[in-house]
Amino acid sequence: MFRKSLTLSQKKQWYGVLFVTPLLLGLVMLFLLPLIQSFRFSLSSIHLVEGGFAVDYKGWSNYSQLFTTNPDYPRRLTESVINMVVNVPIIIIFSLFAAVLLNQKFRGRALARAIFFLPVILASAAIANLDISSFVGGASLSGTGGGEGGGGLLQSFELKKMLTESGLAPVFVNYITGAVDRIYEIISSSGVQILIFLAGLQSVSPALYEASRIEGATGYEIFWKVTFPMMTPLILTNIVYSIIDSFSHNSINSLISETAFKSFEFGQSAAMSWVYFAVVTAILGISTAIISRKVFYYD
Amino acid sequence: MKSPAAYADIIQYRFNPLEKSKLWLWIVVRTVLIAGFCFIILFPLFLRLSVAFRSKVDIYDPTVLWIPRHFTFDNIKIAMEATHYFSALLNTFLISAGTTVVQLASCALAAYAFARLKFKGSGLLFGLVIFTIVVPPQTIMIPLYLTYRYFDLFGLIKLFTGKSSLNLIDTFWPFLISSSTAMGLKNGLYIYIFRQFFRGIPKEIEESAFVDGAGVLKTFYRIMLPNAVPAIVTVVLFSFVWQWNDSYYVSLFLSKVKVLSTQLMDMGSALGKEPDLVYQSMLLNTGVLLLTAPLIILYLFVQRYFVESVERTGIVG
Repeated sequence: MFRKSLTLSQKKQWYGVLFVTPLLLGLVMLFLLPLIQSFRFSLSSIHLVEGGFAVDYKGWSNYSQLFTTNPDYPRRLTESVINMVVNVPIIIIFSLFAAVLLNQKFRGRALARAIFFLPVILASAAIANLDISSFVGGASLSGTGGGEGGGGLLQSFELKKMLTESGLAPVFVNYITGAVDRIYEIISSSGVQILIFLAGLQSVSPALYEASRIEGATGYEIFWKVTFPMMTPLILTNIVYSIIDSFSHNSINSLISETAFKSFEFGQSAAMSWVYFAVVTAILGISTAIISRKVFYYD
Repeated sequence: MKSPAAYADIIQYRFNPLEKSKLWLWIVVRTVLIAGFCFIILFPLFLRLSVAFRSKVDIYDPTVLWIPRHFTFDNIKIAMEATHYFSALLNTFLISAGTTVVQLASCALAAYAFARLKFKGSGLLFGLVIFTIVVPPQTIMIPLYLTYRYFDLFGLIKLFTGKSSLNLIDTFWPFLISSSTAMGLKNGLYIYIFRQFFRGIPKEIEESAFVDGAGVLKTFYRIMLPNAVPAIVTVVLFSFVWQWNDSYYVSLFLSKVKVLSTQLMDMGSALGKEPDLVYQSMLLNTGVLLLTAPLIILYLFVQRYFVESVERTGIVG
């Protein structure tokens, strides 16, 4: 009798609650509680005792130790932040460019797209951890990669010389040549971003392009005045994604894991991860705040 | 039927030499760029393939460029032995396939609730889901480990078995539990993808199903899921591939059970007795190839479907 008296919308609400129950359980058990616990750990020292572990409160000393006595942490933290700041703009520009290319009609487009998404599949921390350079070095001994490797090196030297002579500031020169040198790294970390941009480009209404063509806009103008503004929300999405992604495989992660599972300093490691989390949140907040002012929403 | 503007374009391109040469120049530049990028992506892969079949003699032979002179399967054999390939492959496959199926179900259900079955607090809950994407996994790493090491499920286990806690480390349970509660690897992202997609499906379809007497559950799996195939393909591929390549959670939860990604990281020490460093890096490279080979084969089959479906997924924010 009770069931009959529920209206459809009430029933739907109850199903909604039912559907998210597993998520809710997981959220509490595997996310919120660990988060609180991790914060508690970061304020204490932990030792394993029989059948469990003991937690002794010791205040903020874990945090202060990080910046006063730990030799690696500040260096690695700045290192990964700088890497992120350098890489994310390149990745965004490259992936937008690649998506625009792949969105055009040409023969073999399906093949080119399939190849461009291949890095999504090959990108793996395990592979990245293996020193690729040592492998290429080994291969170039046999003469295989030698030609290409040498060529690439030479090219970027020439480029550097040319750019410097043309009067660009050395900072920019290093930035550009650095990007050219790390082209493989950049391509392989921009697979998902290309995908998001491509999906976005497909959703731009053709009527807009048609209208601007009739008004006499050139391809260049159409890109900057139609495509680019329509892409700004996705640029924001992609920047957030790239920042999170760039933090998911860097040296600081291994430092945190090592501190926890090699030297068994759980409290120290928790403090590390909280500082790290604060830095990530700050960067995300700042970049979102800056960019979302420029973002253009069509509707 | 082409629009008048399209005809105007065609006429302009066909009969204006300047436009025509500009168009051709762009085609050439585009082709070169795309071919170049494809080369950069494929080159290491081909190199790996070529190196994998080379014998030791060929390493120092400068005349061997791509096709090995002394074709051999020895590298693959050694790499397979060092990584215990087949048992590791089986474990990896079980974990990846299992978590993929389970988290597909849990994420799709939760996302459907967020998209259509709104209730009090669902907005807040969705905000928390997005928050899980932002929090680095390292922050909750230790408590998560301890949760599974001394697993008691809010004290329920003690109630039933009398033991104080269960040790779930070195079993597949952590992965299954995480993914069935939609807290596995990058599950927040999958929920987001599904939610965006479900929101894009017209409400009328759903309403007509209700009018025809289908319940909420039936509407979900008979109407919504078949319509969400592009999103499903994307999520399945992502979750399978990311779980396959993941070495972080795997090394956290499994120390004795061997899976490919951790085996690969330990392979250097497993090969320790090999004196020739170049040959050792060659073997490591073969190991990388062995790790990715199943994925590449899988991708060859699903790529067409994947590339098409991605465009319609609407990951768009």
